[in-house]
Amino acid sequence: MVSEPINIRSQVLQILERVTDPEIPVLTISDLGVVRGVEILGDDIEVTITPTYSGCPAMKEIEWGIKTELLAAGFPNVKVITKLSPAWTTAWLTEAGKLKLKEYGIAPPDQDTEDKMSIMGSRKSIQCPQCQSNNTELISQFGSTACKSLYRCLDCLEPFDYFKCH
Amino acid sequence: MNQQEALIDYLLRLADNGLILGQRLGEWCGHGPVLEQDIAMTNIALDHIGQARNYYQYAAEIIADGRDEDQLAFLRTVDQYRNLLLLEQPNEDWAYTLVRSFLYDAFNYECLYLLKSSTDQRIASIAEKAVKEVIYHRKFSSEWIIRMGDGTEESHLKIQTALDDLWLYHAEFFEMLETDLLLLESGISLDLPSIKVNWLRHIENVISEATLRVPSELAYQSGGTRGMHSEHLGYILTELQYMQRTYPNMTW
Repeated sequence: MVSEPINIRSQVLQILERVTDPEIPVLTISDLGVVRGVEILGDDIEVTITPTYSGCPAMKEIEWGIKTELLAAGFPNVKVITKLSPAWTTAWLTEAGKLKLKEYGIAPPDQDTEDKMSIMGSRKSIQCPQCQSNNTELISQFGSTACKSLYRCLDCLEPFDYFKCH
Repeated sequence: MNQQEALIDYLLRLADNGLILGQRLGEWCGHGPVLEQDIAMTNIALDHIGQARNYYQYAAEIIADGRDEDQLAFLRTVDQYRNLLLLEQPNEDWAYTLVRSFLYDAFNYECLYLLKSSTDQRIASIAEKAVKEVIYHRKFSSEWIIRMGDGTEESHLKIQTALDDLWLYHAEFFEMLETDLLLLESGISLDLPSIKVNWLRHIENVISEATLRVPSELAYQSGGTRGMHSEHLGYILTELQYMQRTYPNMTW
């Protein structure tokens, strides 16, 4: 069979757009920056993904999602490889992804890289995704999933999730 | 002991530390003092178990006797576990739980930071991932030590008591076993005594800000990394291994 790797690759990438994060369904795995590579090797397709967190329970489901979507599109021979290095960072979250998060009610990470200042103790202000106020406070560094912390808006009084820098 | 046996032993130590502390922290699930702390405990437990899994997977590949990461985690006997004694100590109360994490998180951070440069690429990549998570762990436990130490008379007393009791176990962190010495030659493992300076600096800074005092070093207890455990580990494994022992080879 004569294959056209480039066309197949773009087709595969499009299909991967349908795979969403089971814990934040508004984001696709491409928005998240979880997909690190697609290799077309004849009839075989290798998709390389990286976990957001070491213990991310969504990884298995993401792997199944990839295989299911590609199978449905006529690609039965799919191998999903998990790669730890380079380690995932919130800097890989796409701009479109950040916008989707905000519309969904989750404050997106406010800096591209790990914010050492905030990690080591000084405060930073996170904008409330509901009323856009900067008058917010941290409730807990650990939230409903590994990638989020919990904040409260002191103006509209709503609690909200913040996708923490990592 | 050859290089490969040493590497397996080293990986199991790293993995068992994560698994046993993760299991202990997981015991708080549904019992945290407030909802946010309950969630924090289980989030941190998940990080530890995820990191442990990465090490077990690697160990299973090297052992190559057909066992996978689950079998390494669930089907060994007490004397085959290599975790630090500190990590199997009971939760007792919030103070003991936090002091245990505080002492270990600071150590774990220093180790992972250096393991990022391990000559073993697989260990280096696991560490690169894990260190980002452990920064948050260390911050969380340190802040709680300060909050409770510099809190009420009662919280101060509780945290100081836990610190005095658990201090007994910290020296084991820095013990160099045959495994460490062998792997250090090829740049895989760490020179543990040299880590102690940075570890102690962080611990002393936090303890001082928390208006607590550093316990005196009278005696220490070790043995976990050599498979000699306190009776607590047996009870942990009874619960941890229950499903695999009762329904052998079950899968989800």
